[in-house]
Amino acid sequence: MPKYMLTFVGSDDWYDKQSKEELDKAYRPIMKWWDDLSKTGVITGGEELGLQRNATSVKRVNGAMQVIDGPFIESKETVGGFALIEVADLDKAIAIAKSWPGGDVEVRPIVEH
Amino acid sequence: MAAVFHEEAGRLTAALVKRLGDFDLAEECVQDALVAALEHWPRTGIPENPGAWLMTTAHRKGIDRLRRETRYREKVAQLEEIPMTPTSPMPDERLELIFTCCHPALAREAQLALTLRSVAGLTTAEIARAFLQSEATVAQRLVRAKRKIVDAKIPFRVPEGHELPDRVSEVLAVLYLMFNEGYLATGARGAMDRDLASEAEWLTSLLARLMPDEPEVLGLLALMRFNLARADARFDESGDLVLLRDQDRSKWDRKLIDETFLLVGRYLRMRSAGPYQLQALIAGAHADAKSWETTRWPEILRSYDALLKLGDTPVVRLNRAIALWHVEGPEVALAEVDALSAALDGYHLFHATRAELLRALGRTADARAADGRALELTENPAERALLKQRLARHSR
Repeated sequence: MPKYMLTFVGSDDWYDKQSKEELDKAYRPIMKWWDDLSKTGVITGGEELGLQRNATSVKRVNGAMQVIDGPFIESKETVGGFALIEVADLDKAIAIAKSWPGGDVEVRPIVEH
Repeated sequence: MAAVFHEEAGRLTAALVKRLGDFDLAEECVQDALVAALEHWPRTGIPENPGAWLMTTAHRKGIDRLRRETRYREKVAQLEEIPMTPTSPMPDERLELIFTCCHPALAREAQLALTLRSVAGLTTAEIARAFLQSEATVAQRLVRAKRKIVDAKIPFRVPEGHELPDRVSEVLAVLYLMFNEGYLATGARGAMDRDLASEAEWLTSLLARLMPDEPEVLGLLALMRFNLARADARFDESGDLVLLRDQDRSKWDRKLIDETFLLVGRYLRMRSAGPYQLQALIAGAHADAKSWETTRWPEILRSYDALLKLGDTPVVRLNRAIALWHVEGPEVALAEVDALSAALDGYHLFHATRAELLRALGRTADARAADGRALELTENPAERALLKQRLARHSR
């Protein structure tokens, strides 16, 4: 069965602005979505990512690996998490992405070697 | 023979793509088969069942090509699934092919190019000429789209249930854009080129055959045909654009207009209104009128009102204002148009329409200013010529 990665948009700004109650409320449908799809075997893996401002990049500069504070590309919208799914085709993957209770989603096929 | 190719190229491609899951190989086989037909048929005549002849040939050529493949056996087995006696009816999976080519995960330009290539059987060079683009650009676009179909596993099937309406709209949007690319183009293309407007009409009529119960498909087909019926009157001897109001109506294709009304009757009986059906009703009311003055404006206005209910956009309101002018007078229409200025200030037809209304109200200086603004905003040579002419005619 074809595999896809769904990448979910996230934003440090948004996260910072939510109260504890608001966060709980926002996460409830997401948890349910995740549980339901995991039980049916659609989601085979995935994680939520920590804030972008806590990212560290390791870059190859003139052949040496250099450690730098921050993400690859600084931006307001960033990757907030990802899910690995297994479905029949792109239409099915898009249907799953549309049912995501959060924000924007990128759907990418996974290369199988 | 051209008509046979038109029908069969897409059918062959669809059958091969479905079994092989490989657009490139499918297209190569189809191309080989068509070349073979070009060599044989002039001598032997067109065979009884040209589709089966072409399929047999494509199949043989496919096996030749597959010998070089590592997954030879697997792919040959996939090919064998296609029925292939000289009399067997050929499968028609072009509907699946159309939905795959117009999949929303592909960019609009890729959808256009791929549909023309795979379903209508145009060559890359023909597509490039039709869009006034380089062949390399179009080839690159096709390669990328085909790769995405395979890598992202865009399915080869007709969408079902609740997915279908959106996907049909997507296909119709591709076909309508293709039609307009051709219809609005102005003599920049050579006479030899297969023109996009008639390709789009052909593809839409194919879709109407494959999905006879979709009223919007019939609506778009009717809209295209009413427009095509007026094509000969759209330009004068010197190649300048002639507006609907000033067209020589004796040059309109009466027969095509009459036939198209039968199509309108068919979709009206389905009782499910949609934007293309309504636009075709408007085009039909124009096609049916003896003159601009005797046009059934109240009927056109009603169609525009119905269109607004489906989607209230400034451009629909602008077009509706023309009908409003003829039903309720230029003052009412101008008030309506002026209310759109914030949304449409950068749109040349907003200013051109305003100019006409101002002129009808005797405000010639304001009309000239509006025409001037319209001229600044369009680069289309035919429209520019028309506006310049209007400015010259009304200058003191």
